[in-house]
Amino acid sequence: MLHSTAIIFTSFAYLGLLFAIAYYADQRADAGRSVINSPYVYSLSLAVYATAWTFYGSVGRAASDGVGFLPIYIGPTLIILLWWVVMRKILRIAKRNRITSLADFIASRYGKSAMLGGIVTVIAVIGILPYISLQLKAVSNSFSILVQYPGIVMPAESGALPIREDTALWVAMILAAFTIVFGTRHLDAAEHHQGMVAAIAFESLVKLLAFLAVGAFVTFGIYDGFGDLFARAAAEPSMRAMMTPFEGVAGGYANWAWLTILSMMAIMFLPRQFQVAVVENVDENHLKKAVWLFPFYMLAINVFVLPIAFGGLLRFPGGTVDADTFVLTLPMAEKQELLALLVFIGGLSAATGMVIVETIALSTMVCNDLLMPVLLRMRSLRLNERRDLTGLLLGIRRGAIVLILLLGYLYFRLAGEAYALVSIGLISFAAVAQFAPAMLGGIFWKGGTRRGALYGLIAGFGVWLYTLLLPALARSGWLPIGLLEHGPFGIELLRPLQLFGLAGLDQITHAMIWSMLANIGAYVAVSLSISPGADEHRQASLFVDVFSHTGEASGARFWRGTASAPELYHLLARFIGSEPATAAFDEFWRARGLRWPGDQLVADADLVHYVEVQLAGAIGAASARIMVASVAKEEVLTVDEVRAILDEASQVVVYSHRLEQKSRELEAATDELREANERLQELDRLKDDFVSTVTHELRTPLTSIRAFTEILLDDPDIHVEQRKKFLGILAKEAERLTRLINQVLDLAKIESGNAEWAETRVDMREVIADTLAAMDQLFREKAVRVEARLPDTVSPVTADLDRMIQVMLNLLSNAVKFSEGAKPLIEIALAEGDGCLRIDVRDNGCGIRPEDHEVVFSKFHQVGDALTGKPRGSGLGLHISRRIVERFGGRMWVESRLGSGACFSFTLPTGAGP
Amino acid sequence: MSNRKRTSQRFVALCMLGVLLFNYPILALFNVPGTLFGVPVLYAYMFIAWGALIALTALVVRADG
Repeated sequence: MLHSTAIIFTSFAYLGLLFAIAYYADQRADAGRSVINSPYVYSLSLAVYATAWTFYGSVGRAASDGVGFLPIYIGPTLIILLWWVVMRKILRIAKRNRITSLADFIASRYGKSAMLGGIVTVIAVIGILPYISLQLKAVSNSFSILVQYPGIVMPAESGALPIREDTALWVAMILAAFTIVFGTRHLDAAEHHQGMVAAIAFESLVKLLAFLAVGAFVTFGIYDGFGDLFARAAAEPSMRAMMTPFEGVAGGYANWAWLTILSMMAIMFLPRQFQVAVVENVDENHLKKAVWLFPFYMLAINVFVLPIAFGGLLRFPGGTVDADTFVLTLPMAEKQELLALLVFIGGLSAATGMVIVETIALSTMVCNDLLMPVLLRMRSLRLNERRDLTGLLLGIRRGAIVLILLLGYLYFRLAGEAYALVSIGLISFAAVAQFAPAMLGGIFWKGGTRRGALYGLIAGFGVWLYTLLLPALARSGWLPIGLLEHGPFGIELLRPLQLFGLAGLDQITHAMIWSMLANIGAYVAVSLSISPGADEHRQASLFVDVFSHTGEASGARFWRGTASAPELYHLLARFIGSEPATAAFDEFWRARGLRWPGDQLVADADLVHYVEVQLAGAIGAASARIMVASVAKEEVLTVDEVRAILDEASQVVVYSHRLEQKSRELEAATDELREANERLQELDRLKDDFVSTVTHELRTPLTSIRAFTEILLDDPDIHVEQRKKFLGILAKEAERLTRLINQVLDLAKIESGNAEWAETRVDMREVIADTLAAMDQLFREKAVRVEARLPDTVSPVTADLDRMIQVMLNLLSNAVKFSEGAKPLIEIALAEGDGCLRIDVRDNGCGIRPEDHEVVFSKFHQVGDALTGKPRGSGLGLHISRRIVERFGGRMWVESRLGSGACFSFTLPTGAGP
Repeated sequence: MSNRKRTSQRFVALCMLGVLLFNYPILALFNVPGTLFGVPVLYAYMFIAWGALIALTALVVRADG
């Protein structure tokens, strides 16, 4: 059933399906209903990280050293936790500057340096070649094995085959054609490839499902679950040793840690990861799901790696079958044709996904950061005069894709056979790790300079070439093997695999240590010793402080010069086409309430910057800068001027912070003043009230005194009885007047603090008895029954005896006043507890409404007013009483319900008085 | 402390935890013969710790809202 034609047909049908998905996604994107605007698609597209290396190579690695495949996935899980901090910043910078690739990012950060962008591109292309060759090797090998079904035959060394019969070459060519159709059908100003991302996300699902299927088949189909599989593996000494892999391996933990670090950098700085994570990102918030979903994907695709590896070792003892192919050969050996085909498609998914995204990312870099800056400077080409350059850009990219895949194939022919899949991939990881210092330093350290990044990259890459690429070529027989064993010119110290005598580590760890030392060392040392130029200063500030600069136009601050709007328009149109250019200008004009091309607008710094950013999206920052400079006459800013602008900006920030603080302080002061003013007004009102109330209270008795006096004066014939009655009223009103004035004076003294207080030991029982005796007459007149419940002894309190009598008099006379009805009753209770005495005076009068419970204690309040319409006292008594009780540390309150009497209570502390 | 800042710090703390869990000397504790649920101890530990780390990450994200 598994004829080569059937396999090829299935493969092409699958690629066709991918293309259909991409086409559909592009259509949806054009209609404004993007399918990739989803955190799930974003997370799946990140899984382009899992390539043929993961699909076939992990098992191979696991079969040789057990645990070595895991750091490649644990590293990303750890670093992705920092994406919230790091990647959000990179995303923000990339969006604001229309960054289209890794090379563009680094070039842009270090002063839009075309040189730096070119170096990064070269490193990326050379560094990634082994990785691409790995994919070609995996696809061609899996194809060659599958066509031999039902036999299981390892493919011959491809070097032995004539080139035309080499499957890998055909794979490379088909993938190149497919990538070209995929990624370079048209030019997008933002370098978004929505269709590609959708297809990649789909491929991630396919490869995961295929791998899980074969894993489940091996674990539960061939064997009886994990327990059975591992138990059988443990019976073999070689496999039992793999279950405790760190034992007896010198530097085992160090190798492990370095592989983790290496993959942390790879997940951020592999060109294809940068492409899907940064360039193709449509919404920063997708990170939220991706930070756990993507690690979960990696966990899932690794669960069955070890079972398949052990299953393969058990099934094919003696090393006749390459462990890298176990994923495919196990189902074949079990005669599972469909599963084997599914595995092949899964591996094809993993490989094509990687190749498509990687070559698109690399071709963008080659075009924008390597070739365009050179071509634009070559005046003999007269590129500046060509009307439409979009065709040229697409042509360069297509050429670059073919070239990169052919170079990948060349590496496969030259060196690919000597290594297992994972080892090939790790060489690429080590190459892209060289970008880490320049990238991370670039976004967190303003001091990093162009020269520092340049020398760091060259030094790190140099060490990579010497310690990783050179040995790979030597082992494949292209260089004398003696170079590895005795060092160049017989200098043992310079042996590429034991540089300066550092031995005992694996090759990757060894290379990483030396290359990072060289890279970081040169980056820091050169950055610190040579001062940066104006452009670098500006870009450093824009990148590192991206969260404090607001708006796309912040870069415009640094531009001075003259330009013309039509010239800028034509420039933009030449690179991105006239329709997108018109749309871009229209947007800019509309933001200012104008219309393009009708309304005239001075081409100011904002417009120039806007055009440069748009252009950067198509041809990279460095080229965009060159092009804009060709039509706009820019005054070159010196370092001092840039520094001045930056200082100015930071001073403005500081100043505005200070202003904000000042205004906050002022606001607080104003609030305080307003409160004080309100208090004063309240006091003033109280004083007015007081005066008017007192006056009113004084006038009432005075009026009646005057009236009766006039009657007596005018009418000498008045009857004696009548006269006596009038004089009685006169005396009573005069007495009321006196009492009122006494109370007002008393209150004034208390409030002003001038009252004289005698402090003696007072027995409250005596106070109550004395008061009752003094009021006996009154009680009898009003026929009030008084019941006093006094304990035999109470602790004395520290107070003023006369004042206490005054309080009791007040409460009792109030009680008498309100004890109306058939059987007026006043109960007095004295109790001791909780360190204080409590005195209750209860009447059975009409009671007080709950809302008046506090009001009765205020000045001049007379509850009687509301009920009967006539005043029953001065309204000062209760107020003064409370003031007295509080003076001696006590409290006074009332409990009452309307219609059931009132109970006035107060407490006095029995301890040491104040 | 703003919500965003707290979330960032939680992520950094989780990362540190992960670096501890997947390095010497913690790894050495599990580099022993024997099985857990039928799986060699070291591998069982790695996948459990890995899964726990992912679950914690999801929790932190959810708490951020």
